[in-house]
Amino acid sequence: MGQSITVTVNGEQKSADVEPRLLLVHFLREKLRLTGTHIGCDTTHCGACTVLVEGVPVKSCTMLAVQADGQQVTTVEALAAGGTLHPIQAAFKQEHGLQCGFCTPGMMLTSIALLNEKPDPSDDDIRWALSGNICRCTGYMNIVKAVKSAGAQMRASAAVPEAATAATRS
Amino acid sequence: MAVETPLKGNIGDSIKRKEDDRFIRGKGNYLDDINLPGMLHMAIHRSPFAHARIKSINTDAAQAVPGVVAVVTGALLAQHKLAWMPTLSGDTQAVLATDKVRFQGQEVACVIATDPYVARDAAALVEVDYEVLQPVVTPQKALEPGAPLIRDEKEGQKDNHIYHWEAGDKAKTEEAFAKADRVVKLDTFYPRCHPSPLETCGIVADVNPATGHATLYMTSQAPHAHRTLFAIVAGLPEQNIRIISPDIGGGFGNKVPIYPGYVVATAASLLIGKPVKWVEDRSENLISTGFARDYYMSGELALRNDGRMLGLRVKMLSDNGAFYADAQPSKFRAGLFHIVTGSYDLAAAHVETDGAYTNKAPGGVAYRCSFRVTEASYLIERLVESAALEMNMDPAEIRLKNFIQPEQFPYMSATGFEYDSGDYPRAMQVALDKLGYKELRKEQAEKRKKGELMGIGIASFTEVVGAGPGKHYDIVGLRMFDSAELRVHPTGKAILKLGVKSQGQGHETTFAQIVTEELGIPAADIEVQEGDTDNTPYGLGTYASRSTPVGGAATAMVSRKLRDKAKKIAAHLLEASEADIEFDHGKFFVRGSPSKSKTIQDVAFAAYTNLPDGLEAGLEGVTYYDPPNMTYPFGTYLVVVDIDRGTGQVKVRRMVAVDDCGVRINPMIVEGQIHGGLTEGFGIAFMELITFDEEGNCLGSNFTDYLLPTSWETPKFEMGETVTPSPHHPIGAKGVGESATVGSPAAFVNAVIDAVGHLGIKNIDMPVTSDKVWEALNKVGAAE
Ligand code: FES
Ligand code: FES
Repeated sequence: MGQSITVTVNGEQKSADVEPRLLLVHFLREKLRLTGTHIGCDTTHCGACTVLVEGVPVKSCTMLAVQADGQQVTTVEALAAGGTLHPIQAAFKQEHGLQCGFCTPGMMLTSIALLNEKPDPSDDDIRWALSGNICRCTGYMNIVKAVKSAGAQMRASAAVPEAATAATRS
Repeated sequence: MAVETPLKGNIGDSIKRKEDDRFIRGKGNYLDDINLPGMLHMAIHRSPFAHARIKSINTDAAQAVPGVVAVVTGALLAQHKLAWMPTLSGDTQAVLATDKVRFQGQEVACVIATDPYVARDAAALVEVDYEVLQPVVTPQKALEPGAPLIRDEKEGQKDNHIYHWEAGDKAKTEEAFAKADRVVKLDTFYPRCHPSPLETCGIVADVNPATGHATLYMTSQAPHAHRTLFAIVAGLPEQNIRIISPDIGGGFGNKVPIYPGYVVATAASLLIGKPVKWVEDRSENLISTGFARDYYMSGELALRNDGRMLGLRVKMLSDNGAFYADAQPSKFRAGLFHIVTGSYDLAAAHVETDGAYTNKAPGGVAYRCSFRVTEASYLIERLVESAALEMNMDPAEIRLKNFIQPEQFPYMSATGFEYDSGDYPRAMQVALDKLGYKELRKEQAEKRKKGELMGIGIASFTEVVGAGPGKHYDIVGLRMFDSAELRVHPTGKAILKLGVKSQGQGHETTFAQIVTEELGIPAADIEVQEGDTDNTPYGLGTYASRSTPVGGAATAMVSRKLRDKAKKIAAHLLEASEADIEFDHGKFFVRGSPSKSKTIQDVAFAAYTNLPDGLEAGLEGVTYYDPPNMTYPFGTYLVVVDIDRGTGQVKVRRMVAVDDCGVRINPMIVEGQIHGGLTEGFGIAFMELITFDEEGNCLGSNFTDYLLPTSWETPKFEMGETVTPSPHHPIGAKGVGESATVGSPAAFVNAVIDAVGHLGIKNIDMPVTSDKVWEALNKVGAAE
């Protein structure tokens, strides 16, 4: 009953035989053991399972692994390039944008997609963009701060071409 | 030139959290991330009915699915005496239903399979023949004569009543009411809501058939207490059980009870000899595990015409669901509901509380509060608002008139709590100034003239946290102390092991800071370990905001123990008498000559290399701290709302939160905790509700129906603080984790009532949704 798929995950090609009903989040977590992507609700509400598919934030509990065949997927594990934190990661720590950390990977990936599209977002832009990601601990204020400060950081480093961040290139 | 010294992590330093690095890299190790070789997966077949007799269970079809290893039923568990288990409040609970099901979603059978998808497929194939019985879905109905008996298996249980408990002085309270100029009454309902940590509950149970050792990875807020209960439930020798609580994705009280899934997975692992994993999905979490609140409350306040409060009378009734299963300090059976006199100097109070069984999931967990202080605080703060409204007084003024005054501490409340310290008027003043209260009242008056609705809500709450002391508080007999073990290694680096367990509160950072303050070892050099019962000293765990008040005190005390020994070693190194040795910020020196000193690191090395005669080697110790009293954080929360008459929509324009939690160890973390608590309080006030229909069907079983606040609705918070140290806590800290959820719902609702009270609307029960507000406005002819 398996179907063979090949997905480029964090820049590496991964092939597997999967059940057609297998969810992308389970493919990542169980088959590839990339456990940074979390499951919080199963119904596309909490955003804990958010990954980037072709650069677009997607709730991986709502996409089948077979739908990702031939596509590029980025998970939280790809953000720190060679051990150096991505600006969004540094900002979440700096601004105390996390507590239990369960929502954090999804929050960061959604934020990266926002910042790629809108490098200098307003508070409302950020709150709107993150409204599909629930956090039960942090109360959002520091998360908004973190996204703002990461945006500033990314704009500053984008001015220096070779320092352009590697995180979203996969 | 001033040299900036890097933060070392003393008390008061907002150092960044040590735990963040793994979380931001996706390297946290939560329960579902744990995979053991040969591990099997469990799925639960749950009852579709709220109340039904089980006539038969047929597992053949489930058993026949390829990949299914076992199907566990209550009958099988009964053979091992595991069909029923004791709860944290001393009741009994069915692990898997055998005689009948008592709530929708109750666990009936479990399938163990090689793959989680297969386990679920097969769980759906378990066939149960039910005879549907009449369900009882409110505690009022449950207590009516002739109501169907829910707990018919309990010997001597004749009705659905669980407990009656009283506190305070009835006669004195009657007297106060007789003397009063007026009585203000409020009936209100604190509805069922759900803590909903983003990570659901789960277990990986690994019982080694060769050794009999059980390693249980569990989402547990109280691993030590849970281990003892497991030993009691399963009859396993306690020394053979190891509970490991890995990283936890939020708890808020939801991860305090023992759930049937934990027990069945453990039993299954024991029977099959392989590790078994069970992780709830969100619907299971919402339907069956750890609801909160569900209290019907009626309060009466006796007042003089000048607004002075004379007495308080309270009756309340709680819906505990089919099993009385929440954590409940058994010596105070109604929890801390009796803290209901709040911040006010009330000479007399009398409280009666009753609990009832209903055909709903076992509920009433203390969601981000100490054993029901949330309900108590909500009632008194809403009641005071009602009094202000009825007497046409400013709600700030009536509070100022009745606050317990700073010089009255320690203060004995009318229901027998000894408040440690407080300065309520000051906290309120800081909040009022920050908000610009007077100007806003003027603006409100102007708006009112134009027919616009604007409200200012106040809640001046008193919290009570840090349960023990052990002589007053226990859970199933276990006294509520907590512990810390500190080991300093030769190079001056340390490991601190705690009986409490973080679910996101930042223990790895703040507890290290306490050691830094007491011993001078930089926080970066201190590794904090929790959540492994083999590797940490016994403690009652993290809930009821007890980590800092109890575990934090234990940490300070063990550090001081080590400091005393270090002093002896320093005296030896400095060739001085111990009595002449002074300690300051990690340095020991001879009094009067600070230049001649030894650092804590020098002393640590000497503890293993160069000791005075007769002194034991090493620098380590353990402290079990039983607090002399609880701590009483407090604060004033102010909320400004605008209400649309056309839609009933409430817009929170501003919120000012002034908290006094005593000494702040890491102000950044304290503020973060308050942000989180305010957001949860906002959700409870305006959005969250678990409803049931008359058949006992749960109507809020996923995040589409059960609305949690997102970044879009959540207001911005303006923070303020005062610091009134606890006189009995070693570092003066009071704890803060739940203050904001306790204090804020009343502030939000009071703001709404303040906006519409002049129209004759006295109460709107939570969640205060726009339709409810519009209905209320419409009823008094004020809707557009
Ligand atoms: S788990 Fe996918 S959105 Fe919640
Ligand atoms: S940090 Fe816990 S859910 Fe966001």
